[in-house]
Amino acid sequence: MNEERPVSDDLPASEEHRVLSAKERMAIDRQAMPEQDPDERAVNFREVNLGLTQQIAMLEAERCLQCPKPYCIDGCPVSVNIPRFLMFLRQGDLPAAADSLLDDNALPCVTGRVCPQENQCEGVCLRAKKGNSVAIGHLERFVADWAQAHPEELIHTKPEASGKSVAIVGSGPAGLTAAGELVKRGHDVTIFEAFHAAGGVLVYGIPEFRLPKDIVQAEVDRLVADGVKIVPNTIIGKTYTLPELRGLFDAVFLAVGAGLPVFMNVPGEDLKGVYSANEYLTRVNLMGAWNPDSATPVLHGQRVAVVGGGNVAMDSVRTARRLGAQEAVIVYRRGHEELPARAEEVHHAEAEGIRFDFLVAPTEVLGDDAGWVRALRCVRMELGEPDDSGRARPVVIPDSEFEIPCEMLVVAIGTRSNPLLTSTAPDLKVTKYGYIETDETGMTSMDGVFAGGDIVRGAATVILAMGDGKRAAAAMHRYLGGEEPSDDPVPIADGMDAVRDAITAG
Amino acid sequence: MGRDHHGRHMHPIIARDQLSPNVTRLVLEAPRIAEIRRPGQFVIVRLGVGAERIPLTIADADPVAGTISLIIQGIGASTNDLVALQPGDAIQDVAGPLGRATDLIESGHAVCVGGGVGTAVVYPIAQELHRRGVTVTSVIGGRSREWVIMEDELRTAGDVIVCTDDGSYGRHGFVTEALKDLCEAGGIDEIFAVGPVPMMRAVAELTRPYGIRTTVSLNAIMLDGTGMCGGCRVSIDGQTQYACVDGPEFDGHVVDFKSLSDRLTTYRAFEQQALERREACLIPGLAQHAEVTA
Repeated sequence: MNEERPVSDDLPASEEHRVLSAKERMAIDRQAMPEQDPDERAVNFREVNLGLTQQIAMLEAERCLQCPKPYCIDGCPVSVNIPRFLMFLRQGDLPAAADSLLDDNALPCVTGRVCPQENQCEGVCLRAKKGNSVAIGHLERFVADWAQAHPEELIHTKPEASGKSVAIVGSGPAGLTAAGELVKRGHDVTIFEAFHAAGGVLVYGIPEFRLPKDIVQAEVDRLVADGVKIVPNTIIGKTYTLPELRGLFDAVFLAVGAGLPVFMNVPGEDLKGVYSANEYLTRVNLMGAWNPDSATPVLHGQRVAVVGGGNVAMDSVRTARRLGAQEAVIVYRRGHEELPARAEEVHHAEAEGIRFDFLVAPTEVLGDDAGWVRALRCVRMELGEPDDSGRARPVVIPDSEFEIPCEMLVVAIGTRSNPLLTSTAPDLKVTKYGYIETDETGMTSMDGVFAGGDIVRGAATVILAMGDGKRAAAAMHRYLGGEEPSDDPVPIADGMDAVRDAITAG
Repeated sequence: MGRDHHGRHMHPIIARDQLSPNVTRLVLEAPRIAEIRRPGQFVIVRLGVGAERIPLTIADADPVAGTISLIIQGIGASTNDLVALQPGDAIQDVAGPLGRATDLIESGHAVCVGGGVGTAVVYPIAQELHRRGVTVTSVIGGRSREWVIMEDELRTAGDVIVCTDDGSYGRHGFVTEALKDLCEAGGIDEIFAVGPVPMMRAVAELTRPYGIRTTVSLNAIMLDGTGMCGGCRVSIDGQTQYACVDGPEFDGHVVDFKSLSDRLTTYRAFEQQALERREACLIPGLAQHAEVTA
């Protein structure tokens, strides 16, 4: 699939990089990410976003105003020094941009593709106040992909061995990030993974068309090259208990994810053709059932309904479309504004012909005589007073029942904690919902055992899990007797006033 | 353990024997699982890159040799690939032990009922019951003599009643008929029944009026074996439970067998196609080697 992506033209750094004025920067429009044609991509699993060329990336990087107080860094859950890597990028110094980015973020190829940037770095970018934010996510992806393709150009320093060993349970975004941070500090890191392959939600959950699996594998390979050991097929809580593991390592980081799927609890959910999003996506992604020659089966519905409005629901419905669904519909109990999914995913789904049924709640799954799903019975909702989350609470409209015909149904309404690990560790404090309790450093009630990601915070995003992994790694390093270096100062280009002037003058 | 070219641990096949025309026993290296597994638990195996993940009950284990026994019925393309393995070949992925261990009684009289390949699942239970001093009677069956498996092994744990559908060996008839006589005779504290869904359902219906606790092992479709996919959900006393983490053993008197047997047919069309594809591409010599049975 690589040939589909435009090849970077690898421009040499310009001899004399002309520094633009703030006004000139403001005059540059946000550069669009080239996408595969919607009709074409709706029937293939190749990546939707094709990536920027170096020329376009450097031009987009010029749009960064290099704010002295960069809100974007605070907006990033792993505190990537965005102005610094963008400064190197606009100068055409890709090795420096890559080193800068990789220093802050262990998985930039991933976050550049899956972060909800509009709520994070790009949401607080000053340029968003006047038009469009800098396309930080697309630039992160550009630099990260360049780094992945040019490993020989990166600075590689082997840290001094600390003599301490760390076990990480789970190889998803939290676990991989912690592994990268800990191995960088000289610790001997071993990751235990329940599945046969590393990556967690990055390989079983997020589809190929949004995050190619060879990219995840390359990120994992980079960690392995740095010395991280990965032990697959090992279920902590079954193959080893947590207390056993704690006895074998100097510290442990639990990053097992939330794990269990939530069903709607309506009649008919055991009918054939009803999947949890976890099962559907795992079959298609990790087990490769998107390929018709796969040994693992998956159902192909002509009409597929997906219940939910988050990223997992979008991934499921777009997957069903690619597997041949003529009608693929999102069933969501609130409105378009309330969709929790990333804006880009909703935009992509709409372009691919996904139908959205808003303000609709399922009440029953209806089956045929052979036990297969034939329709989803629903009621219409209207938005009432805000609930505890601050979002308008949907209220049922009386006598509004109707049916959505479908041969396949995917339930994507969230996950809950999996007790498999916690139940074998009586000393590990959990909340009433089974999530692990930690202090502000990420340490659990067991000495030397830290936790992060969905098993602590409940279902969240890749980047929040990575933030937990990064914070916990720093705390584990201190726990193991190490010292934390102070953060590098952020380079300052212009005064903040000049930036504001440029924006207001625009 | 051996390693593949990526340096990953592999699980070499140490021994293989054919128990019936389509049931094969593989003994393979899996030292950690051999050390800690308990009766009733299972593993998930994946033969290699691109292969399916298949749940299989651990039929036996030798913690000293570091091996486990898996008894496999070649019914689909993936299971046929497994039973074609020979000593010296290896399985790439073996994860476990998964599921809850059997809740075993400490004394009294237990009857272990095994149908077909399910006989392999009751064997470790019978073995452990016998070790605890429980009197064990095994009732095992098959279509005809050649389909009866593990009789000798089960005899080491107690009496064995063999039934064949055609009367070619042991008692003529289904295992349920022999079990009914035992129930009538009385004195049974618990029954373990593992086999095809219709057999387990028949056993549960038979024992219900006698009020004898009847445990069955459910072979629901699953992917991860840790509760993550929810594909193995079964209805137990009206509640949804996951066979992989809440089971695989449940009280047979409250299992919704109809839903289970129905869900097991989800991929029937796919499996048929996969088998046909497989047979179409097998060259004659390879087919012989694989001992594929239709």
